[in-house]
Amino acid sequence: MLKTDASPGKGGRFILAAVCLAGLAAILITFPGPLGASEPTTPAETAGEVPAAGAAGPTHSGPGTLYQVPPPPLSDYFPCSQCHADMEVNRTRRVLTEEHEDIVLHHDEENRWCLDCHDAGNRDMLRMASGALVDFTESYRLCGQCHGPKYRDWKAGVHGKRTGHWRGDKQYLLCVHCHDPHAPRFKPLKPLPPPVRPENLR
Amino acid sequence: MKEMTPSARRSISRRGFLRTAALASGGLALASCDKNSREAFLQRHFRDMTPEELAGVLARLEKEQSARFGKAVHVTAEPPMEDVLFGYGLDLSRCIGCRRCVYACVEENNCSRDPQLQLIRVLEMPKEEGINIQQANAYYDPEEVPREDSFYMPVACQQCRNPQCTTVCPVGATWHEKDGIVVVDYNWCIGCRCCMAACPYGARHFNWAEPTVSPTEYNPETHFLGNRVRPVGVVEKCTFCVKRVRNGRYPACVEICPVGARKFGNLLDPQSEIRYVLENKRVLVFKEELNTQPKFYYFYGT
Amino acid sequence: MNFLRFIAGSVQCVIRGGKAYYAWIGLLLALILVGAFGVVNQFSSGLIATNMRDQVSWAFYIGNFTFLVGVAAAAVLLVIPAYVYNWKPIKEITIFGELLAISAIVMCLGFVICDIGRPDRFWHLVPLLGHLNLPGSLLGWDVVVLNFYLLLNLFIVTYLLYCAYTNREHKGSFVNPLIILSIPAAIGIHTVTAFVYNGLAARPFWNSAILAPKFIASALCSGPAILLILLQILRRTTRLEIKDEAIWKIAELMAYAMAFNLFLFGAEVFKEFYSDTHHLVHARYMFFGLEGHRAIVPFTWISVIFSLTALVIFLVPATRKNWVTLNIGCVLIYIGVYIEKGLALVIPGMTPDTLGEIYEYFPSTTELQVAVGIFSLGFLVFTLMLKVAVPITLGEFRLPPKTG
Repeated sequence: MLKTDASPGKGGRFILAAVCLAGLAAILITFPGPLGASEPTTPAETAGEVPAAGAAGPTHSGPGTLYQVPPPPLSDYFPCSQCHADMEVNRTRRVLTEEHEDIVLHHDEENRWCLDCHDAGNRDMLRMASGALVDFTESYRLCGQCHGPKYRDWKAGVHGKRTGHWRGDKQYLLCVHCHDPHAPRFKPLKPLPPPVRPENLR
Repeated sequence: MKEMTPSARRSISRRGFLRTAALASGGLALASCDKNSREAFLQRHFRDMTPEELAGVLARLEKEQSARFGKAVHVTAEPPMEDVLFGYGLDLSRCIGCRRCVYACVEENNCSRDPQLQLIRVLEMPKEEGINIQQANAYYDPEEVPREDSFYMPVACQQCRNPQCTTVCPVGATWHEKDGIVVVDYNWCIGCRCCMAACPYGARHFNWAEPTVSPTEYNPETHFLGNRVRPVGVVEKCTFCVKRVRNGRYPACVEICPVGARKFGNLLDPQSEIRYVLENKRVLVFKEELNTQPKFYYFYGT
Repeated sequence: MNFLRFIAGSVQCVIRGGKAYYAWIGLLLALILVGAFGVVNQFSSGLIATNMRDQVSWAFYIGNFTFLVGVAAAAVLLVIPAYVYNWKPIKEITIFGELLAISAIVMCLGFVICDIGRPDRFWHLVPLLGHLNLPGSLLGWDVVVLNFYLLLNLFIVTYLLYCAYTNREHKGSFVNPLIILSIPAAIGIHTVTAFVYNGLAARPFWNSAILAPKFIASALCSGPAILLILLQILRRTTRLEIKDEAIWKIAELMAYAMAFNLFLFGAEVFKEFYSDTHHLVHARYMFFGLEGHRAIVPFTWISVIFSLTALVIFLVPATRKNWVTLNIGCVLIYIGVYIEKGLALVIPGMTPDTLGEIYEYFPSTTELQVAVGIFSLGFLVFTLMLKVAVPITLGEFRLPPKTG
């Protein structure tokens, strides 16, 4: 992803923020998770469009990455440091009102908030409980801290959507390709039509 | 030479005429059939065919179906892979009854759209009753699934190790392949539906009329024992997407499931997902008391 | 040469008759034509012309087939007294039982051909030519034993009639063992047909050991009913002498078969209702209906009431020997068992289906047309064979003596 060298001026910052928000909104609507628009997308419908590991687009296999995954969503929005590098860090637990107010946390929000997972010092990384930083391409390690059994199942290929080859290259997806990390519980879907009843088969 | 009454003579010549006419019309019927119909009529059982015969049959089918659907259709007959026994896992704690598997299967397997034929049936059952098929409803159509008080159980061919369907077939048109898939030779099946009576899972379906699939929807990559378009009057069933799995891919239903409720793999490979499921999850088998020994395992992933 | 004469002469017998005969044949041909329309419709559009669907994949045709196998097996009720006990009054009329068996098997074959999805692939069933899945497939065994029974009876009947035609004593040592063989063959065809059903673990309503004995009992009590009526017709319309005792003895044997049949039926009902498992749902559907689906219920109760009434009529000697009540009893038991074995066996076995769904089946117009056609074909075959057999038995149709 492009990292700009020039720091934008005040107006430019505002425009950039607006563009980022618009981009975020657009991404959330088409997110591979049943959110947003009237006809919610299913993880299937979008995850199928997610490029396979190693396919078009740079991958984010950082050092120590075990699982080749397609680029995490929000990649176009990335890097977050574009805004946050110059911002003051406010560690007070609060509901955000100026930016990111469209992200409503439904994920153990009684006990946690943004900066428990997003590193306060470096917004381009995620933060484990130990303080260790982890790349967005390895966000499963963060999720796995609490969701141990799911993590183990995911590593074995037993949790989550399965595409690719049963013998050979498994295609792993990040947790966040299906679960919105801020509100992970799947929304209900509209079922496809029931079968035709036998008395109506002609 | 004994005397014959005139009427007896007439009746003999009448009989002779009738017999000749019958033979002639039978012969004419057979001769007037075009070569393809004659070959199709005389086609032997899949397992009895020599490789040359089979190649000829596949070529004929490809030609017919390419013409019928206006695109290049491939009909192959990949044999089972060595040291492979397919197993399937279905996570009852995840399935939300969205039926995307049903329609993905119909598309992949070229099932008839009209009259509708679906190889997977999703049953909605009340949670408090557990698996009680008398309470099952396959026709649920709420605005959203899953419904609060229900759980969902998709049922298709369980690819039993000890199936009755293969035993009862009077012509041996259905059998258990080495990689565990129970297949049907659609050109050998006589449509007696004994296998349908024998299947405890309602997994077998009959082509009551000529199946219709539109050319645009037709999936051209087909297998002789799997998803090639079926003729009228024969039985069909889930074949674990034999064309896909014998080329290393997952069945269509596994790939489409949006909640990852479906697992598939080689039971003989200790590293496979399905073995992991069997070893680590609470697994159950549908209608276990019938000793069909399915290779389709329902489990609870959470 | 003589055999050709025999054929020629038989054709003569068949095409000559009185007004009533022609009217009867005409009616049968008309009904066969109705059946032909149904068959053509079915062949062109597929079995979707029936009301069978995946949920109820065997129905009217197979039900009729099952009932008619029973009728074919019922010839044994004549063969046993005649040939095992050498009871003369029945020995003279055994041949009519065998002719009935032949016609019934012809009808069975007709129903099977019309029921399978690909009758053009019938040759797949022929051993060596096709692939008959023995020993596993009971339906495969059914093909073998039914054809064996048909050929056996055809041979016996042709041999006996031809011997009589040529004024020869038939060789008892040759034909009697064959006739005795037809007894286990008859039991065999119906047991195998029962096994087709009761071997299926997937259908708990059928998966009961009692099915085979029940089939035999219901066959023995219903098949001869047609014969009893027919024998009375033959007595009136031809010079055949059929003793009252013969008819009454058959009726008596039928009464015992009926009693046994009802006992087995009661045993089944007890087991279903007392054990009260999920499998009861099929019997409940049959007797009381399920979730508002009640189409079959009146038929079930008619069958029960008719069978019980017929049992009483046949058991009590007074009503058994009274021609009016006897004939009423014959009609009642025929209908009773037809429903019990045709409809009330196949449909409840498949309703609800294996996944708990209730599809309420009743035959479509096409199915009724085809069934009427096949029954008429069977009656036609029976009539034509009688038209030859009766004159031979009476000595009217014989090889003309040598002249010159």
